[in-house]
Amino acid sequence: MDTERTVVPGVRDALVAACPVVRSADAAADAIGGVVPSFVAFPASTEEASGLLRAAAAFDLAVVPRGAGTGLSWGPPPSACDLVIDLQAMDQVIEHAAGDLVARVQAGATIGHLASVLGSAGQELALDVPADATVGGVVATGTAGPRRFRYGAPRDLLIGITIVRADGVVARSGGKVVKNVAGYDLGKLFSGSQGTLGLITEVAFRLHPRPAAVAWVTGDYGPSALAKAAAAVATAAGSALVPSAVELAWSAEFLRMGVLLEGTESGVGERAGRVAELIAAAGGTPVVARSEVPFRWFDLVPEAGAPAVVVRVSFWVSRLAAVLEAIAAAGASAGVRPVVSGPAGAGVLYACLDPGVAEADAARFVLVLRDALGLSGGPGGLVAEPRGSVAVLAAPPAVLTAAGAYGPVPGAALMRAVKDQFDPGHRMFPGRLGGS
Amino acid sequence: MTTAVDALVPRMREICGAGNVVTDPLELRTYECDGLTSHRSVPALVVLPATASEVAAVVAACAAAGVPFVARGSGTGLSGGALPRQDGVLIVMSRMRSIVEIDPVSRRAVVEPGVTNLAVSKAAAPFGLFYAPDPSSQVVCSVGGNVAENSGGAHCLKHGFTVHHVTGLQIVTPSGELTWLGDGTGVASGYDLVGAFTGSEGTLGIVTKIVVKLMPLPEVVHTLLAAYATTAEGGRAVSDIIAAGIVPAAIEMMDALSIEAAEAAVHCNYPAGAGAVLIVELDGPAAEVEAELSVVRAICEAAGATEIRAADDPAQRAVIWAGRKSAFAAVGRISPSFIVQDGVVPRTSLGAVLAKIASLSAEAGIRVANVFHAGDGNLHPLVLYDDAVPGQAEAAEEVSGQILDACLEAGGSITGEHGVGVDKSRYMPKMFGADDLDTMQLVRCAFDPASLCNPGKIFPTPRLCGEVPGHRRAGVLAAEHPAVAAGQAEIF
Repeated sequence: MDTERTVVPGVRDALVAACPVVRSADAAADAIGGVVPSFVAFPASTEEASGLLRAAAAFDLAVVPRGAGTGLSWGPPPSACDLVIDLQAMDQVIEHAAGDLVARVQAGATIGHLASVLGSAGQELALDVPADATVGGVVATGTAGPRRFRYGAPRDLLIGITIVRADGVVARSGGKVVKNVAGYDLGKLFSGSQGTLGLITEVAFRLHPRPAAVAWVTGDYGPSALAKAAAAVATAAGSALVPSAVELAWSAEFLRMGVLLEGTESGVGERAGRVAELIAAAGGTPVVARSEVPFRWFDLVPEAGAPAVVVRVSFWVSRLAAVLEAIAAAGASAGVRPVVSGPAGAGVLYACLDPGVAEADAARFVLVLRDALGLSGGPGGLVAEPRGSVAVLAAPPAVLTAAGAYGPVPGAALMRAVKDQFDPGHRMFPGRLGGS
Repeated sequence: MTTAVDALVPRMREICGAGNVVTDPLELRTYECDGLTSHRSVPALVVLPATASEVAAVVAACAAAGVPFVARGSGTGLSGGALPRQDGVLIVMSRMRSIVEIDPVSRRAVVEPGVTNLAVSKAAAPFGLFYAPDPSSQVVCSVGGNVAENSGGAHCLKHGFTVHHVTGLQIVTPSGELTWLGDGTGVASGYDLVGAFTGSEGTLGIVTKIVVKLMPLPEVVHTLLAAYATTAEGGRAVSDIIAAGIVPAAIEMMDALSIEAAEAAVHCNYPAGAGAVLIVELDGPAAEVEAELSVVRAICEAAGATEIRAADDPAQRAVIWAGRKSAFAAVGRISPSFIVQDGVVPRTSLGAVLAKIASLSAEAGIRVANVFHAGDGNLHPLVLYDDAVPGQAEAAEEVSGQILDACLEAGGSITGEHGVGVDKSRYMPKMFGADDLDTMQLVRCAFDPASLCNPGKIFPTPRLCGEVPGHRRAGVLAAEHPAVAAGQAEIF
């Protein structure tokens, strides 16, 4: 595609005036799901980012924010993209107030860099997300790993945010203290907003001390012992042993739960023993390991080739066995065999389909699963008392078109109103968030 | 009563039943303020709906008539968030107080907004579960009000605020539509409107049903009281506990004046002559808490504690907490009037800010008693004054404002848990710039473009919400993605 073909005169000059580092997009490296932008800009500060968005507003450009790009291929590609704003030049940990358990970080800093800074003070950001992802990308996608069970998602650890609006106005909310209820919490709104409301340039997080000791207790069940494993997950999640993660991983070959304990050396040892007893009592084969994280749902997502299909299922834990059965039934109906993994104790699982899966089959899997879980909506299009959702996080556009990203979304009209207020021209990552 | 509201009365009686519509001036007056009694405003009309549909109908009627409305839970708020409008309708949620469901396996409860905070924990207790947010007013305050204010409590240091424990909300929008926000599990599809709504102080709609997380009751709870000669010594113990990598369930401190007040009110029998009392509570698995307890005890001693008391059963714990929990009310024993302040500072600035408060107090000749959630830097200075002394109320108000200035200078916040309400909207421009406030109000415009839902709260200057034409667009430079251009029914 000849990206310079339609360039409006003056756009490049306006962008460069705001931010010195601007280049033409590379058709191979900068394309997002087949859409090639015209320009990529690398702001070094919130001010430069603000200038870029003012210029983009003046020329009515469609904008996609980019961190390390690890999540860009997830979800729908932009319906249009003129300008990519790449945050990787804003990669600093601005402040680490160890005594306050707080850090302020530029959005382009990687999780790995942040972890190394915090680690030197024995602290951490309690999200188990890939080290090469950026802080801004993790917040924008709302990605969380196993410890979602105890510490929640990025929105739960975010205490302050600086954003640049589509019109270039810089705004912040929250601050750098954990306890703070002054004003609306824009951090919650921007967490998981996928770049569609504006550009995140800086965030402040609450931190946690790194535990002195950790242990993973895993329990193996036969791949068809769904009820037993589900009961064990619920028991572990509801126990007073305070697990930090209660995971489940399931494929044709195995069904395995994993419980993470964090604490003191002696405390973790004793608690691990009790979790092992609990797993054995529920018919599983427990193994205690003092090792690295064996469970991260996104590690099961195939990397190469065609876009993977990743479906997030959320539910009340008392329905876990029913959810697993519904996944199996939907898989059988669509002729697909998903690999399932995630923080089941927190009511979340991710079902990954092979990259080679036929689009129609993947869509059928999603639609049948929604139906089986009563999430397809009634006559009014909505579920009366929502108790879960089946969301397509990553899939080829045809699957998203056929199945819808989310099914019926409670509050969709309010979401549209929020989008219209923040980005009336619908220029920020257009097409990224699909409703029903 | 204003004519627009007058005209609504028959419709409100139809919706809620005649007995649940208050028009009697004397009865209306009982609703003139919430827990912040310095602001008063008698509502034109009070209605007490019993169901979510009734709330929706009430709000729809107000919206159609252009009449402002304010929701009220138990009326315990300390920032005037539920202050009524003289030209509006006060919607009192106290009749909606059933616990709809408890699912112990999922550790979730569904409750109506008028249910009291403590009632949730009481109902969950037989299943070995509890509801973690515990504001001091938990015996009376409502969960709906907690959602509006994103309430905390002494134990939010470890367990988080209301927003961390709400996984779904059913609300009536400011135009009178009943809708759910979130999927009921706490995982957002699209924007996190549950997060945006929680803590919006009743300005984005009225909550009619709440899905909350329940947590397993801790295996053991240990509470430790340490007495110090000064708050600075107590503060050192706090820093050392955090530096040791321990996150207690709560760390509270009281200074000499608040100890004196508590002693007078509830005879809590704290160590005589103490300049500061530190309360540290540890909860969790026995194997962890025992180890933490010995570390905390050693730290407290090293910081110069003159006396340490420990409690490991509920009765002993209640004795230790009695003084702390009574502190606000107790100050009434030593001062005819007082202002409850609610500022936040980074924990490491506690000592400096307390010193600043002491000098402000000395300069103005206004006594300040300090009670605070030391673990998260949330100060509750109680600024004491006597209305009978000319000029003292104004002087107290000034000291109170200067304390907030000191909190902001230290990088903190003007409110940690009481909210902005009417009381602190004038301080918002000190903490946030005009663009920050303008951007926050975009959310308000999305939910309540007519500005009828609890107007006049939080923001000092309301934003006009123009019509915003939303439209899909194509890129002006690059081509649209064909598959997407052809595709989805609904695109943001």
